[in-house]
Amino acid sequence: MAQQGNRVKPNPKAPRQVLPVLAPEIRAHSADEVALGFTAEQAKLEALRCIQCAKPACVDACPLHIDIKRFILSMVEGGFDAALEAISEQNPFPGVCGRVCQHELFCEDACLVGKKWDPVAIGSLERFCADHARLRTEEAPPSPPRKPTGPKVALVGSGPASMIAAYDLVRKNYRVTIFEALHKLGGVLAYGIPNFRLPRNILHDEIARLQNMGVEFVTDFIVGRTATIDGLFEEGYQAIFIGTGAGLPYMMKIPGENLIGVYTANEFLTRINLMEAYKFPEADTPVRVGARTVVIGGGNSAMDAARWAKRFGSETTILFRRGRAELRARLEEIEHAEEEGVHFEFLGAPVRLLGDENGFVVEMEIIRMELGPPDSSGRPAPVPIPGSEYRIPVDTVVAAIGQGPNPTLQRATPQLVTRNGKIAVNGGGATSLPMVFAGGDVVRGGSTVILAMKDGREAAAAIDRALSQEQQ
Amino acid sequence: MNLILRKEWLAPDIALMEVEAPRIEKRWLAGQFIIIRPGAHSERIPLTIVDSNAERQSITMVVQAIGKTTRETAALDAGAHIADLVGPLGEPARIGSGARVLCMGGGVGVAELLPVARAFRAHGNHVVALCGARTDAYRILDGELRKAAGDLKWATDDGSYGFHGNVLQLLRGMAQPGDFDEGHVIGPIPMMKAVADATRDWGMKLHASLNPVMIDGTGMCGGCRVTVGGEVRFACVDGPEFDAHLVDFDEMARRNRAYREHEKTILDKHACRLGLSQ
Repeated sequence: MAQQGNRVKPNPKAPRQVLPVLAPEIRAHSADEVALGFTAEQAKLEALRCIQCAKPACVDACPLHIDIKRFILSMVEGGFDAALEAISEQNPFPGVCGRVCQHELFCEDACLVGKKWDPVAIGSLERFCADHARLRTEEAPPSPPRKPTGPKVALVGSGPASMIAAYDLVRKNYRVTIFEALHKLGGVLAYGIPNFRLPRNILHDEIARLQNMGVEFVTDFIVGRTATIDGLFEEGYQAIFIGTGAGLPYMMKIPGENLIGVYTANEFLTRINLMEAYKFPEADTPVRVGARTVVIGGGNSAMDAARWAKRFGSETTILFRRGRAELRARLEEIEHAEEEGVHFEFLGAPVRLLGDENGFVVEMEIIRMELGPPDSSGRPAPVPIPGSEYRIPVDTVVAAIGQGPNPTLQRATPQLVTRNGKIAVNGGGATSLPMVFAGGDVVRGGSTVILAMKDGREAAAAIDRALSQEQQ
Repeated sequence: MNLILRKEWLAPDIALMEVEAPRIEKRWLAGQFIIIRPGAHSERIPLTIVDSNAERQSITMVVQAIGKTTRETAALDAGAHIADLVGPLGEPARIGSGARVLCMGGGVGVAELLPVARAFRAHGNHVVALCGARTDAYRILDGELRKAAGDLKWATDDGSYGFHGNVLQLLRGMAQPGDFDEGHVIGPIPMMKAVADATRDWGMKLHASLNPVMIDGTGMCGGCRVTVGGEVRFACVDGPEFDAHLVDFDEMARRNRAYREHEKTILDKHACRLGLSQ
């Protein structure tokens, strides 16, 4: 603390550091990560923009309450490792969150510097700390996994909600098992988010961190099918967390939806991200991306699908029924999609799809929309303009119009109370069944990684409270 | 990783594999399926569960070597492992009781018929099985089916065994409207469609077990969607069994051809690596 007096003065007026990115012409043919991350020099300069507020609104705004003020101070003082430690106290997945969290809606939205200038690039700083440590520890020999000895807890689904719940519970010595239906771990991080946004080694390393802490992972295991909730209790699990996500795609419900070349975003992204269709025929699973692709929707999945289509060499359009201001994707993804040459067609919605004699989609009929008064989402409602229909040629259509909770476990567990397919919960994620908790998209519907983590954390705390009481 | 306990060639390119799967063995019901990946780069493919053995904690599947993934699977021998195997998936077959039931299978679909026919019989139904094969060498599971069904008739395309013709012709020759209360059909799409068309006015409930292209098998991707009675359904979670008289088989046939060129590409590459192309 001797340095306290010498501390460099914060410089909030300095321009926000620009995240270096891969050149768009390289991206067009590459699955490599687009955002390259700050250099150490940039990270120090950006950290200096933080004014170290007495009451840091960013910390409150972060769903995980990462001590942002402290980690940035550590960075200013040159202690990148200390900064990572400060982050890890609340969030063991800074490599993932630094890349996929919508910082502009949480910490960066609350940042006081942002009231007058651009907010501090908190997300990029978080990512820098994770990457900086990775570079150095990549070759460190793995330490033998710890062996927790407490009560057994089962987490269903290996996505963000379960990952953070596992971290919180294993630190409290619970014996945690994560059951994953697919053959790879990570849930939506593995099947939904492209490599160019979240390189798989980052995801694997942060999952490996949990394994080293003693969390057990079981793949190819569908709770509700391979075993039931009751069966897990009989096997000695004392609490169960359901974090099965929003794996039920919404359909457009328009004529021609089953033509060949028409995908849900879930299928399109699963084929490419999880099954690695972008490596076909090195990987066995194919995907059809024709000369012209239209992606329907305005969220992150729409951006991801469009950016993949572009990488397959397809002329790609995102068709969104509202305007640019109403897009729900991360700002960075929208900008990257634009840089990569994805065309945006606003205020239009598909009416029907037309196919050729072999059942391949060849044309889309679109109707123009105008914005009316706000709907239940708070955004202006799109209203169709009668008579404004027009047609465009298309070879591949991806419907990225949202998804609901995957119903597998709920169907197998009829006593579990749901509302519109979403598992109904009270505080802490408690469901209608004793010692069964839920969180993330299976409770919220299609939401975000960070809110799923918030739920996972709250459920872990509730599980700990419930099991501690039981033991007394 | 699931250990292969036994492999047996039922026909020149149809292999029966018994695989260790203790949890699935305990929970599966007739009509359900699994999804497997034979190796780390493989596609996920659905296969019907044909049988199980409680003592060995195993399930049995039957695979016909057609595409790359099925060939790789069928090439595995006892002692080897399946990289990934998950299940049981799908809704079980609807098995009523006290009825006259017609079970029809074609090609490798005959294997799936076995547990369904057994279940119908176990529920007190009178079961007649009509099975089709290309030729005598492709007749599979004859002994098992004979035990499962009260009456088993074979049709071969070339007449080398049993009835000379296909299952539809066999059906037309031996049954009339009113003879059966319920039916179950599994096989190539044209066969299922033909049987559905032929029995539309019979006043008989006919279930078809569908096998569209699938990826996750848990309702997540929607790739296996089929139109049934004008509604889009997911074969993996709503099926695989649907009312055959309501299924849009033409659409399903088209969708199953979506990756034909890709299948050729990858099979050529596979054959090349194995030296089969020489």
